[in-house]
Amino acid sequence: MELFNSEETLLKDSAAGFMSENAPVQALRNIRDRKAPLCFNKELHKSLADMGWFGMLLPEEAGGYDFGHRAAGIVAEEMGRNLTASPFLSTAVLSAVGLRHASGDHLSEWGPQIASGDAVIALAIDEGAKHNPVRIKATAKPDGNGFILNAKKRAVFDGFNADRLIVVAKAEEQTALFIVNPTASEVMVERSSMLDSRNAANIEITNLHLDGKDLLCPLEKSDDTLRAMLRSGRAVAASEQLGIAKEVTERTTTYLNERKQFGVPIGMFQALQHRMADLYCQIEETSSLVSASLRAIDTTQDSADILSRAAKAKVAKVARTATEEAVQIHGGIGMTDEVDIGLFMKRDRVLTEMLGDCAHHIDFLLRNRGL
Amino acid sequence: MTLLDDFRLETRTWLEENCPIEMRKTSTTETDICWGGRKWTFKSKAQKQWLERMASRGWTVPGWPKEYGGGGLSGDEIKILQEEMKRINAISPLESFGIWMLGPALLKYGSHQQKLEHLPKIARGEIRWCQGYSEPGSGSDLASVQTKGVDKGDHFLVTGQKIWTSYADKADWIFALVRTEPDAKKHKGISFLLFDMASEGVTTKSIQLISGSSPFCETFFDDVKVPMENVVDERGNGWTIAKYLLTHEREMVSNLDAIFGGSAGLYEAALETIGLDETGRLDNPLLRAEIGDFLIDEMAFTTHLAAAKDFHRAGNQLGARSAELKYLGTELNKRRQSLVVQAGGLETLSGSEENSGISKQSASWLRSKGNSIEGGTSEIMLSIISKAVLGLPSLG
Repeated sequence: MELFNSEETLLKDSAAGFMSENAPVQALRNIRDRKAPLCFNKELHKSLADMGWFGMLLPEEAGGYDFGHRAAGIVAEEMGRNLTASPFLSTAVLSAVGLRHASGDHLSEWGPQIASGDAVIALAIDEGAKHNPVRIKATAKPDGNGFILNAKKRAVFDGFNADRLIVVAKAEEQTALFIVNPTASEVMVERSSMLDSRNAANIEITNLHLDGKDLLCPLEKSDDTLRAMLRSGRAVAASEQLGIAKEVTERTTTYLNERKQFGVPIGMFQALQHRMADLYCQIEETSSLVSASLRAIDTTQDSADILSRAAKAKVAKVARTATEEAVQIHGGIGMTDEVDIGLFMKRDRVLTEMLGDCAHHIDFLLRNRGL
Repeated sequence: MTLLDDFRLETRTWLEENCPIEMRKTSTTETDICWGGRKWTFKSKAQKQWLERMASRGWTVPGWPKEYGGGGLSGDEIKILQEEMKRINAISPLESFGIWMLGPALLKYGSHQQKLEHLPKIARGEIRWCQGYSEPGSGSDLASVQTKGVDKGDHFLVTGQKIWTSYADKADWIFALVRTEPDAKKHKGISFLLFDMASEGVTTKSIQLISGSSPFCETFFDDVKVPMENVVDERGNGWTIAKYLLTHEREMVSNLDAIFGGSAGLYEAALETIGLDETGRLDNPLLRAEIGDFLIDEMAFTTHLAAAKDFHRAGNQLGARSAELKYLGTELNKRRQSLVVQAGGLETLSGSEENSGISKQSASWLRSKGNSIEGGTSEIMLSIISKAVLGLPSLG
């Protein structure tokens, strides 16, 4: 029911066309089956950047195009539909927003490289099994003019072979964000083999000496910067996950029309029709919520943070139902690796955990209301 | 300044000068609504004044053409009027089935004469309409209506029974689905008739609901004489009009969300009756989780409704997708009302003697059960979506 302006329609069409031609599900299968360690295709990364999509959230003076979050969401949704593997979320969204928010030399140095598809920068935030940014254990001990960083980070998305890491740590009571070169000998990067066949790493940093210029931004700006990064990350990740929900639901609807049992298409049965119709309604309202959260960020509304959390939580619930229903309604073949449904289910599971699951955000929203 | 800015300024000034202070309220309840009609007694002088002033500008029905008592406003102007009314918390001067349902149907299908006769009276709140659709044997299968209209040359003689006729006992006229072509196929034999409830042979009997209220009636017709010119559009084309109207009704029912007034005090009630634990969270983790689930669904629906309104205002028809809003909105409201009484616990279990111990919260909770039945059940909505939106095959 969403109204797209003509630019948005154009972007949607071009993203849909590009992904289905250059980065469809089969491309992900190829990466998985070849056991390519990087888990994404460098040429594809470059051509996505050539389309202008890695500079969407960067300002023009840093080589970007300033398209805004609604636009980034449109592209991410098509990536979700096609299971396009690229460092888009980590680099073009989380890191780009962080650099932009911090501005200064780091933005001038890395902004253009992100926009051109020449750099991958990953956010190293999570430490335990669950996303919980208020309980960061990594420490940055003040040391002369600098810091000594110790951190154990888990599931750093696109953290394997990244050009830089943005590491979240605590400098005493304050949040600190460091730009870290992962090739330093104090940094151990271990590639993790992920459920969704994407790039991720576990990273251990031991007594790494850093100085003030390695900070992404001054300490007093760190909380704000991190909040902005996570807010954008949630809204765009929600868009990708929404794309998954829509895609599997459309594929399942097609199957309902094709598959015959008892002499009729199984889509004839009301028991299945009503489940699909309910799911469709859920997806539609989720779509409005995701879009509202992206637009709220673009127009710097106070509600943006709340909306991005609600969107992330709601899409997690709906996309889980969508992928589960897809397997069930496809029946036995839904369990096979041959059809794509399982690949969507795997990516969906990872996206849910990324940047906080449903319960995490609902808890926040309730506390925000004094409940 | 654009023309719209001018319009906004003029509207703002006019509203400031003409909206009585008593008609500015941050929250409205069922009793604040002015329904109009021959039998209406105004709750206050201000209510009467407000209706008359708004009607004189055609702003009770701002989008209808001026010649039929409307304001002749464009979509953008209507939006501005609504925003300016909201700005001073002006309540709606008039609500009625005439405005929501019959009006749109007559505008689309009525003759010029019918429009001239009926629409201005609706706009001024002089005639209150009710809708005669459902029958004891025709619920979800509405097209099976049996109330018959026998052709007597210049009039029909209408005989039969309607049920779930909202406010039939308070209404002046009825628009009803009547089988006038007994030999035609099911969907082709129905006509859309208009007649006066004061006609001889019309009786009503109110139905008491579990919530204690009686908004619905059984309505009986015994050889009611209805002039032939009171058929809207062609004879036998009533089903087309009914379907068009049901779409409207659905949009309205889900818009009732606004009347229900947001969360209906759910969050406040929970805080008050349950309180917080030492971590600052509601001291009932399982109920808290349920409220949290509701919260994100409420946010999703709120943004979706806003998107649908924009979509509609931009000139797009909602069509079958109104079923989606109806389904989501009514199911959500049932959950909301259920959570309100759960959060209220024992406190919501007692009420006034006159209403048999049914508290306000319990009444809303019980009444909400009907939301997913009236105006097409949730199951019918899902079937419409399956067929018309998802394109799944259907039996009939």
